[in-house]
Amino acid sequence: MNKILLGLLLGAVLGAIDGASAWFTPAVRAQLAGIIIGSTIKGLIAGIAIGFFARKVNSLFLGIVFGLAVGFVLAFLVAYMQHGYYPEIILPGSIVGMIVGYATQRYGTGSVAAPATH
Amino acid sequence: MKFLSDKALHRLRDAGGERPGTQGNGADLPDLAGTRYALIERVARGGMGVVYAAKDERLDRRVALKVLDVEDGGGDLARRLLREAQVLARLEHPGIVPVHDVGTLQDGRVFYTMKFVEGRRLDKHLESVESVPDRLRLFLRICEAIAFAHARSVLHRDLKPANVMVGSFGEVLVLDWGLAKILTTPTSSATNDDPEATIVDAAPTMTGANEVTEGAATTAHGTVMGTPGYMSPEQARGDNERVDERSDIFSLGALLRFLLTRESPRTTPGAKSANALPDKSLEAICAKASATDRRARYASVTELSTDVSRYLDGLPISARRETLFDKTVRFYRRNSVAILLIAAYLAMRVLLLLISHR
Repeated sequence: MNKILLGLLLGAVLGAIDGASAWFTPAVRAQLAGIIIGSTIKGLIAGIAIGFFARKVNSLFLGIVFGLAVGFVLAFLVAYMQHGYYPEIILPGSIVGMIVGYATQRYGTGSVAAPATH
Repeated sequence: MKFLSDKALHRLRDAGGERPGTQGNGADLPDLAGTRYALIERVARGGMGVVYAAKDERLDRRVALKVLDVEDGGGDLARRLLREAQVLARLEHPGIVPVHDVGTLQDGRVFYTMKFVEGRRLDKHLESVESVPDRLRLFLRICEAIAFAHARSVLHRDLKPANVMVGSFGEVLVLDWGLAKILTTPTSSATNDDPEATIVDAAPTMTGANEVTEGAATTAHGTVMGTPGYMSPEQARGDNERVDERSDIFSLGALLRFLLTRESPRTTPGAKSANALPDKSLEAICAKASATDRRARYASVTELSTDVSRYLDGLPISARRETLFDKTVRFYRRNSVAILLIAAYLAMRVLLLLISHR
C-alpha cells in the first residue's frame, strides 16, 4: 500500500482506538465521542506527515524517530488545549506515532528515489 | 608495481636450470615476448596452471594471465585450458570473472587473460564479516553466479572458499573454472571435438597442486576431481556420469556451512562439525543441500537460494517442517519491533489506568 495512504489509514484507526481508550477513565467518559473524533483527526494528521516522511526517507530507525516526534508534538498540543491529562495523552500518542512510523517504513510501498527522466 | 625485465627472466631461468620455452619443471616463468602483455608478478597457482599479474600494454591495464605450468605431453591440458577460457567466455555475468583474451606463447604454451580481481579470498574476507545475514547475502551472490552457469549448462565442480573472491567494492566473483563441465552441447557455436563435451575426461589427475584431488583415484568412469569436503560423493567416486547441477549444490551446501561456521568441512563421512550452526533452519538448509543422496538435495541452485532468501526474510523454508513453537519464534523475530511497540503501548495504557484509579 502507498506509504501516505497507509500512514493516513493507520493513523486514523490507531488514533480512534487510542481515543476510545478514554472510556477507561470515568472522569472523561461523558466527552468520549469528542475525544475519539479529536484523536482520529490527530492520527490522520500524524499519519499523513509520517507517510510523507517515509516516502522521502527510507530508514526504519528514522521513521520510528520521526513518528515519535510527530506523535509527541501533536499529543502535546492536544493536551495543552485540554489544559491537562498530559501523560495520559502524550505518552500513548507518542507510541502510536512510533507504530505508524514503523509500519509505513516496513509495509508501505513507493520509491524513495525520483523517477528517471529522459 | 614492478615489471620483470627479459634479463631478469633469463637470470631466474638460469638460476633454476631452465631454458626459455621449456616445460616440465613446473616453475619456468612464461616468456611473454610477442604478446601484448608484460609480466608483473606471480599471483597464485592452480591445478594445472599458474596465474600471473600482467600488464596489457595495448590497453594499459592490469590483467590476470593464466598459463599452463605442468607437463602436457599430448596437448590435452592445453585443450583443457583453452576450454576453460571458452567456458568463461560464455559465462558473461557480474559474478563470474570475465576472460579477455586467449593465445599461445612462443614456447607453445596456451594462456588466457582475464580480469584482474583486486580483493580477498572468501575465507579471508569472512574475518571481517560478523553478521549471519551479511554472510548469507554473500552466499546468495555466489548462488546467482552458479545458477547463471547452470542455466548455460556449465557445472563448476570445484566450489570452495578459495575459488571465490570478494573485490574491494564488495563484488563477489567465482573463479577457477578449470574443472568446469559442460552438460550439454549447445546447437549453436558447437566446436567441441569431445563427444561428451566435458573438459575433464582427457585430463590426467593433478597432484600436489591446490588441493585438487583426493587419493588420485581413477575409476572406470574417469578421474576424481574436486576438493575433499566440498566435492559431492558422486564426484569423489569419479562417477562423472552422475555429476550434474546437484553436485555443485552439494558444494554450495558445504560452502554455506563454512560461511556460517568458518570451519572447513569434515572429509570423514558422518563426522560432526565442531561449531554448531546458529539456527536449526540453516542446519536444515545445509543438510538438504549436502545430502549424500543427490535425490534428497535441492533440485536447483534457485531452490537453494530461495530457501536462504526466505530464511533471511523470516519466512518458512522448504527444508524444514516447523513446530508451532518454531512458527511463534519466527513470527516474533520477523515482527519484533512492531510487537514491542504494541506491547509498550498496552503497558503504558494499563499503567496510566492503574495510576488514574488510585
